[in-house]
Amino acid sequence: MLKTFKMGGVHPAENKLSAGKAIEKLPLPKTVSIPVAQHIGAPATVVVKRGDEVKVGTVIAQSSGFVSTNIHSSVSGKVKKIDDVMDSSGYKKKAVIIEVEGDEWEQGIDTSDNLIKETHLDAKEINAKVLAAGIVGLGGATFPTHVKLSPPPGMTAEVLLINGVECEPYLTSDHRLMLEKGAEIIVGTKLLMKTLGVNKAVIGIENNKPDAITRMQEFTANEPEISVQPLKVKYPQGGEKQLIKAVTGKEVPSGALPIAVGAVVNNVGTAFAVYEAVMKNKPLVERVVTVTGKSVKEPSNLMVRIGTPVTDLVEAAGGMPEDTGKVISGGPMMGRAVTTLEVPVTKGTSGILLIRDDEAKRNEVEPCIRCGKCVNVCPMGLEPYLLMTMSEKKLWERSEDRHVMDCIECGSCSFTCPSNRPLLDYIRLGKGTVGKLIRARKSQN
Amino acid sequence: MSITLIYTVVVLSAIGIIAAIILYYVSQKFMVHEDPRIDQIEEALPSANCGGCGYAGCRAFAEACVEENELSSLFCPVGGNECMNEVANILGLEAVQKAPKVAVLRCNGTCDHRPKTNQFDGAKSCSAASSLYSGETACAFGCLGYGDCVDVCDFDALHMNPETGLPEVDDEKCTACGACVDACPKDLFELRKKMPKDRKIYVACRNEDKGAAAKKACDVACIGCSKCFKECPFDAITMENNLAFIDSDKCKLCRKCVTVCPTNSIIEVNFPPRKIKPEQVAEPTSAGPDSTDKA
Repeated sequence: MLKTFKMGGVHPAENKLSAGKAIEKLPLPKTVSIPVAQHIGAPATVVVKRGDEVKVGTVIAQSSGFVSTNIHSSVSGKVKKIDDVMDSSGYKKKAVIIEVEGDEWEQGIDTSDNLIKETHLDAKEINAKVLAAGIVGLGGATFPTHVKLSPPPGMTAEVLLINGVECEPYLTSDHRLMLEKGAEIIVGTKLLMKTLGVNKAVIGIENNKPDAITRMQEFTANEPEISVQPLKVKYPQGGEKQLIKAVTGKEVPSGALPIAVGAVVNNVGTAFAVYEAVMKNKPLVERVVTVTGKSVKEPSNLMVRIGTPVTDLVEAAGGMPEDTGKVISGGPMMGRAVTTLEVPVTKGTSGILLIRDDEAKRNEVEPCIRCGKCVNVCPMGLEPYLLMTMSEKKLWERSEDRHVMDCIECGSCSFTCPSNRPLLDYIRLGKGTVGKLIRARKSQN
Repeated sequence: MSITLIYTVVVLSAIGIIAAIILYYVSQKFMVHEDPRIDQIEEALPSANCGGCGYAGCRAFAEACVEENELSSLFCPVGGNECMNEVANILGLEAVQKAPKVAVLRCNGTCDHRPKTNQFDGAKSCSAASSLYSGETACAFGCLGYGDCVDVCDFDALHMNPETGLPEVDDEKCTACGACVDACPKDLFELRKKMPKDRKIYVACRNEDKGAAAKKACDVACIGCSKCFKECPFDAITMENNLAFIDSDKCKLCRKCVTVCPTNSIIEVNFPPRKIKPEQVAEPTSAGPDSTDKA
């Protein structure tokens, strides 16, 4: 039976243009710039200096707190400089820029394709390896995985959800990964289960990917503890809280983490990365990125080293179409437009989307007609029109009372608004400001 | 018929009288004793309710004045010294004299000086835009140009110049209430001491990038070369984060820094023309930040 979450949701056109394209390795770039803040939490501390020789997998920045993680060199070569570069956040961030020379890997990393299924490591050792490998949530939020795998005291995980929903239109990186690396994902899932001490895992996949569902079902046929749950297509089902609701029927309370209802969610990409880190000692130095768009010559799924400039990816997909109006890092719903093609691929880059000029422009903003569509589609049960007005009027306390912090920034409200109002822009502003106020209050107490 | 009329009048009058008695009693019983000076002070204040003093409005400021024993921490920027003297008279205290100030925009990144590298088509608000990314030009520190400052100005002292894309301060109307300083997400406004004849010299840039990057993003960016810092005879200039800053309390308006600045990022306003030297043609600057295109 197909499941889905109840509240809200929208149905944007799927446009999965690159679904039939196998993952290809992108040739090595000439230089990479690897930002030290690629995850949620404290930026890592740089441990290399100009002129240092690095290999693939060398730690170049070390985790600087509990919610932080390691950053590794994704290429071998020489550190050219440590400078601020523009990344997909739209602001300049500190990054290590490395000139590529050859492709030499650190010792102990297994780069072969052999499938290793068994390990003698216990939960703690696995988690230590996950931290050492710098693994973060690859669905886009980039929350350090080792933190997710260490539930706070008093809370225990009951079920592990593997997120293969990929509800963002255009993106197909998770889809291809499930088709091509299904066995590895299952091993990764088992490793995650072992670390969390749970004996149940569910892989959630939307039913617009029937081949992925069949493939994963084949792999889980002999795994009684892991099941595949086909889901009805609805955006934003890939959201952590929506997936939990869809699969388990439980609702994560406002302001709480999924562990409050005994669930831990990890992306299929993360499961694959965990497999590689634990079984092959391979840190997170590359990821699958979908390069797509309606005018793109060859929409493709590329295995890309972290830090590769976006321009290399665009070239690999047949060059920049002339009618491009906007280049988006991520999907069309939640992605961010980049301001330059020199922006590097980071751990959270799931896709590069080239939108046509005529599609890219926003329509003229008109007054709110009180139709309530944004309220209907909000998957978190918020009132986007009200939150927007409160941000405009700078009523931060009231905005907090109306749970602006629960917004998952899925963009369903802006997508559905018949007056083209920039709801999410203002709600993001509200979220940012209220977040700052809450932090200030906490540090005062 | 007439009986009905009489009844009505009598009953209504009775209700009126009883209600009046109750209201009188209640007003006596629950009367809030308020310092009459609060009203007097409020009267003396400009009633702009701008919040420039740090209080919610003029009434709140008046209440604060009455509660304090001295006025050193209280100042109405709109009313200025005159108004504060009046307040001090009412309270029998000593007023603190402060030099009048005026808001200046520390950015001169006009459309000509600062080429656009991308287009923003989201919410037309500086605070919303800056929560999304660094801006339409390569300079992450400059004016975004959506006019949040113009919206908050209660005194009609700020206007967007459509040609430059920057807001302009009307010195006559600006009361230095500080609303624009709080509203600007890039922190570009500064309240500077008012100089004689409304003259101003200031570094119209907040770009903290290294020189090359700053210059590439904007023609008139401060590149942190320290030439002005070395030139200044009054130690009014400080260098921090690749950026020069002129302290308006120390500046004597000698204009030496303006001449040495290689990028014209230091602006002089309301000065008479310089003596013309053969290789240098100077022209008087009218007002506004976009008046630096001279040698």
